[in-house]
Amino acid sequence: MSGDVIAVRGAAVAYGGRPVLTGVDLQVRGGEVVAVLGANGSGKSTLIRAILGLVPLAAGEVDLFGTPRRRFRQWWRVGYVPQRLGAGSGVPATVREVVSAGRLARRGLLRPARAADRRAVDAALDSVGLADRAADPVGTLSGGQQQRTLIARALAGEPELLVLDEPTAGVDAASQEAFAGALARFVGHGGTVLLVAHELGPLEPLISRAIVVHQGAIVHDGAVPRPAGHHAEPGHDHVHPHAPSGHETMWGAP
Amino acid sequence: MPGRGGMSLFGYDFMVRALVGALVVGVTAPTLGIYLVQRRLSLIGDGIGHIALTGVGLGLLLHTSPVVTAVIVAALGAAAVELVRERGRASGDVALALLFYGGLAGGVVLVELSDESSSANLMSYLFGSLLSTSREDLVAIAVLSVAVLAVTLLGRPWLFAVCHDEEYARVSGLPVRALNLVLAMGTAVTVTVAMRAVGLLLVSALMVVPVATAQQVTRGFRTTMHAAMAIGLAAAGGGVWLSAQSDTSPGATIVLVAIALFIGVVLAAALGRRLRGGTRVAPAGPEPTEVVLDSVDR
Repeated sequence: MSGDVIAVRGAAVAYGGRPVLTGVDLQVRGGEVVAVLGANGSGKSTLIRAILGLVPLAAGEVDLFGTPRRRFRQWWRVGYVPQRLGAGSGVPATVREVVSAGRLARRGLLRPARAADRRAVDAALDSVGLADRAADPVGTLSGGQQQRTLIARALAGEPELLVLDEPTAGVDAASQEAFAGALARFVGHGGTVLLVAHELGPLEPLISRAIVVHQGAIVHDGAVPRPAGHHAEPGHDHVHPHAPSGHETMWGAP
Repeated sequence: MPGRGGMSLFGYDFMVRALVGALVVGVTAPTLGIYLVQRRLSLIGDGIGHIALTGVGLGLLLHTSPVVTAVIVAALGAAAVELVRERGRASGDVALALLFYGGLAGGVVLVELSDESSSANLMSYLFGSLLSTSREDLVAIAVLSVAVLAVTLLGRPWLFAVCHDEEYARVSGLPVRALNLVLAMGTAVTVTVAMRAVGLLLVSALMVVPVATAQQVTRGFRTTMHAAMAIGLAAAGGGVWLSAQSDTSPGATIVLVAIALFIGVVLAAALGRRLRGGTRVAPAGPEPTEVVLDSVDR
């Protein structure tokens, strides 16, 4: 578990000329669990999308497992969990069918599924507690269960690195616990995690390092910041408007 | 020929060829259409059909096989649509409209300029001419259909992944652009194959309606695909038989039978839920039945 799993140097991203990220440097080493924190619109989701190549870099470089991302081909080593299910849900699909798609990175093109592929899908379903829902259409699941389906899909490929985009946003408590358990097992087996979060909830004990993104730049890299002000109150209902306005202090002074 | 009724109808060679052609198209078209429906691009097949008419006109004008030129032009059109879809958002919608209606209008003018211009000829491409299916037509339909089925059935896990969540497919290292182009080519070939059976204006119905029917009662993608194939087969067979009984156009009759099956299944499913006590779990996503009418801009 040595060497950088993710290395970002001087990364910049712009949407239509408007800078979203500027001069971002970030290293994630094997076995680390790194949380990317920040307010809505801070650029934290853009950061992980840029790392995965889903948005183009305006400047800078990204290495995955020591290889420049442009030449990186070992995508089975990466498991990606998006914020929500994609738009392609015009036709019903079972939980198992969605999770099986996560196995394709390892399976290779046009190779039939083997017993090992089916076992990996079973194990992934088990680890998020959805084995009994495998034959149900994903459209009938709750938001939290859908999120667990996406995590199982990433786990089915038996990745070494998990990249998660707000995995617990709007997720019920039971699903959050199931998710934290699955993540703890993944980390226990030596996995590396980079996750974007709005709030950490039951994940907090797992986090080894936190970075805070503010206005497109990293303003904190180290221990998880304590919530400040009314955010620290017990029973605080963590709701934010979609437009970023006046939440600069939500993570306290960096 | 019509009005004789019963099985004796299929004693005629042309009726047998019509039936076989319709059945092959009926079972093939939904296997491709299911990916379009999954992407909420149900009407793309219709647009590719419009573009294919320019290929037909070109073939007639140049005295070559209109089927070959239709495949080529439809494939180019499908590739253009894929390019628009890949990069575009709002403006892409207008680009598609220009492409589709330009293709249809261009086709009509080219057919008129050719030696074989007649409204009957044009109608046969727009609405199908199943009863004039020759032995060679049948061979072409069978070969192209097998090619489409090979792609849609054997490539299902990968095509499913790329249609279900394209970004995830990209991060999985799947060849997303190649898979999208395969799908676009498959759409072009399916449209051309189905041209003989139901005509370019009704092609999309055969790709989409059986899928929409199947997903009223199915729970997974694979089962939806298989059920849609069976429904496509039933609509094609029933449509040919009914058209012979009632002396109506086979293509339009096939489509009407498919729509009748859709309505029947919707009603039966609603009745079934009622009888079971009406404790249906509301789907978390948008209403599945809206898929057929979805606009082309995803």
